[in-house]
Amino acid sequence: MSEERPALRVSDITKTYHLGNALVEKLFPKRDVHSRLTALDGVNLELRKGEILALVGESGSGKSTLAKIIVGSTAASSGEISYEGSPLAKRRDRNTMRRIQMVFQDPYSSLNPRMSVGAVLAEILLLHKIVPRREVRAESIRLLKLVGMEEDALDAYPSQFSGGQRQRIAIARALAVRPDVLIADEPVSALDVSVQATILELFTTLRDELGLSILFVAHNLAVVQHLSQRVAVMYLGRIVELADTEELFANPRHPYTRALIASIPRMTAESVNEDVLLEGDPPSPFNIPAGCRFNPRCAFATEACTLTDPALMPVNDAHLSACIRFKELPTFATIPIGLDHTKQEK
Amino acid sequence: MVDAPLLSVTDLALGVKRSSSTNVIVDGVSFDVNKGDRFGIVGESGSGKSMTLRAVAGLLPAGVKVLSGSMLYNGKELVGMARRERRMLMGPEIAMIFQEPMTALNPVMRVGEQIAEGPRRHLGLSRKAAMDLAIAMMARTGIPDPARRALAYPHQLSGGLRQRIMIAMAISCRPKLILCDEPTTALDVTVQHQVLRLLEELCDDFDASLVFVTHDLAVVNQTCQSLAVMYAGRLVETGPVKQVFGDPRHPYTKGLLDSAPDFDQPDRPLVPIPGVPPNLAHRPQGCSFAPRCPFVEEVCLQTPPPLFEVEPGRSSACFLSDEIFKKVIA
Repeated sequence: MSEERPALRVSDITKTYHLGNALVEKLFPKRDVHSRLTALDGVNLELRKGEILALVGESGSGKSTLAKIIVGSTAASSGEISYEGSPLAKRRDRNTMRRIQMVFQDPYSSLNPRMSVGAVLAEILLLHKIVPRREVRAESIRLLKLVGMEEDALDAYPSQFSGGQRQRIAIARALAVRPDVLIADEPVSALDVSVQATILELFTTLRDELGLSILFVAHNLAVVQHLSQRVAVMYLGRIVELADTEELFANPRHPYTRALIASIPRMTAESVNEDVLLEGDPPSPFNIPAGCRFNPRCAFATEACTLTDPALMPVNDAHLSACIRFKELPTFATIPIGLDHTKQEK
Repeated sequence: MVDAPLLSVTDLALGVKRSSSTNVIVDGVSFDVNKGDRFGIVGESGSGKSMTLRAVAGLLPAGVKVLSGSMLYNGKELVGMARRERRMLMGPEIAMIFQEPMTALNPVMRVGEQIAEGPRRHLGLSRKAAMDLAIAMMARTGIPDPARRALAYPHQLSGGLRQRIMIAMAISCRPKLILCDEPTTALDVTVQHQVLRLLEELCDDFDASLVFVTHDLAVVNQTCQSLAVMYAGRLVETGPVKQVFGDPRHPYTKGLLDSAPDFDQPDRPLVPIPGVPPNLAHRPQGCSFAPRCPFVEEVCLQTPPPLFEVEPGRSSACFLSDEIFKKVIA
């Protein structure tokens, strides 16, 4: 039995930024070790065909950097991205660029305020030669309908629309070139709750009807839980846990994932969180802790955690965790309340 | 004997005056905050929730004026109060915490000095004593190594630490009323959790009341006891958080709750509210929510509904609230 090829495979992607004077560094190597920022540190990920995969993590975890590298707007320092089994070149041709499209967080800044919606769509349709010139208008209308907008939007400018409508236009623009993969970087976090739901619904429809594979970058776990089939949790430039959505939230096998889940503000009074699991801020990406990168904040850390830098290990067929103690973690529901306080006092 | 409320806002209207007309952005808002209360104001962008809070703080942006109504703080009228007198209230009596600590802090002043400024002016402390107090307050907000961090500039600190600095600044003169404008929106979920916990703790310790403006229903649930829901510049529902969330009595509140993902009910479908909020310059004649309301009837289009008491301590600005929600329950 041959396994179906993933839509997209990210292999060992690393991204570092050098901040500081290159000449000084050359002259005095190692003098300023903190001038190198590691945004991504060996990330492996597969986006399956027709799935919505969520990428979650705190700010600075590298999730947006990864999204940018996948669409090709930023180059990786090392590693490889393959699309449908074949690696993508450093400089992508127009056809591969077309297949992977991006939807940005802020629909207020991602649309050109001086171009009408029709002009935005026409530009990209003609550039990529999707349809002949005389069919551009009909195609634009089809795209607007696809995202739930009316034909009269064509002659309007972005400023005439609300945030939710702008995000629909941005999605229509991404869909114009008939991509197979959509990378959505926090597409609903700038929107009001009542509008957010319509955009989430749209993503589900697009996946079902067009068979799109969607990488959904987000920080709101309640949204992720609603939308995605699988979730990858990032921490300081690494994926620390990856599992099916239901499995991840029911049986998290990485202490960081547990802390994230415990921090979600709850809607019903009965489920108000009583235990704070995570103290302090994430460490600086200039100076990643030795051993497991989560160990300084981890309630379960032992001596061994400061020595080995764990890779992702299989918990079961569909669940990976980068915690060397994943087997020893207590059942999730029974995490003792106030665990963090005992750690603080020591 | 019942104490008078600490803050009592009655029929507050805010607007932007133009040469020919006045654009009303907040209309007929009334609420009381008692001593020790934690009161939430929720609404979507443009609902007027932040403007209401800014009016209480006396920090309305240029052009926005209080058109009518009254705001009593501890029995003193804030509307029309002399600026000098008002300024003496800010700090020792009322303090505000803003959404984005990076823009609210002075980027060219060390954070310790920024915190010490208030106590020096309002409590008459010496430079040294005020700095000691600042460091103590930073320690109180859980900032590790406060003496060293006091010498840092805002850009050298993370978002979570900056928000703690803001909180330390707000509590440094022991205010009785703390106003928060989306204090955790810019923070990560884990840090948000810490900051909310801290705010709650401090309010209890200092016996301060809290007015908390946010768009996040779950955050209100975790922080506040009672809330007001705003829509298009008006209050549409008020009451204790648990009751309002468990059994909303206004179609807008119900719509909000149905459209928000709830982590504890992953299988509940999200139901968006159709349409968009009205343009406040051309507000519909009747209920502002009528064009988006699934239950709309003739009466809704005629006159704007006032807040009706639906239960002791709860009110809803909907003519049909009794009918609709009895039907929904039945």
